[in-house]
Amino acid sequence: MQQGLVGVAPIPRLSAQARWRQVRERLVAGVVTLAAFAGIAALVLILVFVAKEALRLLVSEEARQEVSLGKLFLPQVVREGRPATFMWQPVSAVPKVSMIPLFIGTLKMTLVAMVVAVPLGVAAALYTSEFAPRRLREVLKPTIEMLAAIPSVVIGFFLLMVLASALQEALGLPSRLNALLAGLGLALAIVPVIYTVSEDALTAVPRSYREASLALGATPWETAWRVVLPAAAPGVLAACVLGFGRAIGETMIVLMASGNAALPTWQLTDSARSMSATIAAEMGEVVVGSTHYSLLFLIGVELFLFTFVLNLLAAAWTRAVLRRLGGAEAR
Amino acid sequence: MSHRVRRGLSALLSSLSGLAALLIVSMLVVILVDVFLGGVGHLSWEFLTQPPSEGMMEGGIFPALYGTAVLTLLMTVAVMPVGVATAVYLHEYAPPHSVLARAVRVAVHNLAGVPSIVYGLFGLGFFVHFVGGGLDRALGSRELHWGQPSLLWAALTLAVLTLPVVIVSTEEALRAVPVEHRTASLALGATQSQTLFRVVLPGALPGILTGAVLAVSRGAGEVAPILFTGVSYYLPDLPDSLSSQFMHLGYHTYVLATQSPDVEASRPLLYATVLVLLALTFALNLVAILIRARTRRRGD
Repeated sequence: MQQGLVGVAPIPRLSAQARWRQVRERLVAGVVTLAAFAGIAALVLILVFVAKEALRLLVSEEARQEVSLGKLFLPQVVREGRPATFMWQPVSAVPKVSMIPLFIGTLKMTLVAMVVAVPLGVAAALYTSEFAPRRLREVLKPTIEMLAAIPSVVIGFFLLMVLASALQEALGLPSRLNALLAGLGLALAIVPVIYTVSEDALTAVPRSYREASLALGATPWETAWRVVLPAAAPGVLAACVLGFGRAIGETMIVLMASGNAALPTWQLTDSARSMSATIAAEMGEVVVGSTHYSLLFLIGVELFLFTFVLNLLAAAWTRAVLRRLGGAEAR
Repeated sequence: MSHRVRRGLSALLSSLSGLAALLIVSMLVVILVDVFLGGVGHLSWEFLTQPPSEGMMEGGIFPALYGTAVLTLLMTVAVMPVGVATAVYLHEYAPPHSVLARAVRVAVHNLAGVPSIVYGLFGLGFFVHFVGGGLDRALGSRELHWGQPSLLWAALTLAVLTLPVVIVSTEEALRAVPVEHRTASLALGATQSQTLFRVVLPGALPGILTGAVLAVSRGAGEVAPILFTGVSYYLPDLPDSLSSQFMHLGYHTYVLATQSPDVEASRPLLYATVLVLLALTFALNLVAILIRARTRRRGD
């Protein structure tokens, strides 16, 4: 045995094979980490490049004459002698660029969609997770998720071909294509989202909650309505928020079924125009770099910010439900 | 309230909620049956393999099928490497509580919520004008070649759109691989990358495939992002290069349904086109569900 530290072992030199192995490891880790940046980069790039075109409204002289915060949001006198009103008509001698008809149109249709889809989706989710026999549940969930697989252009097609005339005959509507019809189509598109996320939240509620409630003498409905649903409430709310975000951004259904008339009324039976449909309909005929072009990008920025905020809310709510249920479980 | 009344109420209200589920399912059935009955009569081999004729009133939809297929193929080639690598980072390489991992997850979550028309604007502003225009300038060409809507830019736009789908599916697949497989491999002396390529990824392959299939299904159905990044309604030839425009099943449906000069005459054609589109997306989704179901059963 050697005494003390005499002749300390030399630092081993790596064989070529071992060195290549180290390089390869670091390479793979590097590539994978780089790829992860792609996700963040995509989100940032989307915001930057959509906002960049919209920013031209602040910069260009010509744009600033046609568009101002007041022109965008306050009532403007469109014709001499007539009262000030909101009008979206960017293609005309004097461009009218009020965003208000677009906001009203978008909100109208989205509210119709929510009023229809939330009760339907949540009730169906409640049925699936609380009352349905197990075999029915295993068939029901994938079937409703199939509805999510239908492309929105097909829903729009169905609205145009079948539902529009049926609705007009049933309700005697003046406009065949209107906000109500588009809202119903949107409801069809978002019901699967609301259903799936709500059902996940409801099934995540621990079985002990239900068992305790039933043991105390509550009926199945009372258990579902007063115990399970409140416990899953943040998740169900997140589902509704997700559905709302989807409805706001949906383009093809609205393009095909809403009539595309930018009327600033709250009447559901009038034709309406949503923000996303405006972009889709007018981008094809706009001159690149013109004020109108930048305005359409501005609408895009508004849509992006709105859904961004909605997503943050939904994420916060989902975290709340996990915390609430996780804590209760641990107790 | 007496107990009998409460029990009756419970039965009534739970049945009502069942009615809601029934209503949703019946809407699905109505749409499927309507499309099937309206379109099946017009389906034929010629319909699937011939181009349109007589001002889009007659003929087939082959160019639209071809365009959709090429588009989704390009999109898949673009999105899979990035998506799988990102999921691998998140699940295999990210240190716990890593800031980057959390930022990536937030970004992916938000990407999934961006409206599809905003993706179209992004494709136009970034890919077509910035990258394409820049490419034209760098190559010194005086006319617009890359700086206009084309197959390449539409495919890349859709790839960004479907990135969240691939990442989520791949992460789910990686999670399904038992940790014992990894530890066993490392215990036998394999490095992390060897474990990744020879044990984890092959084990996660079904889930990764599911992600690819779901992405393709979305790519075939989304119309808004390709509206101004490359799609066209009537093209005399099939797209022959990455800078060509292309036809698309979903866009074809949209134009036929909204801008057809004679709605009654084009009705069978329109229905058949929608039937093909629906059949395609449903078949893809079914494949994804089957792969997922088989993986789950195998893992038990």
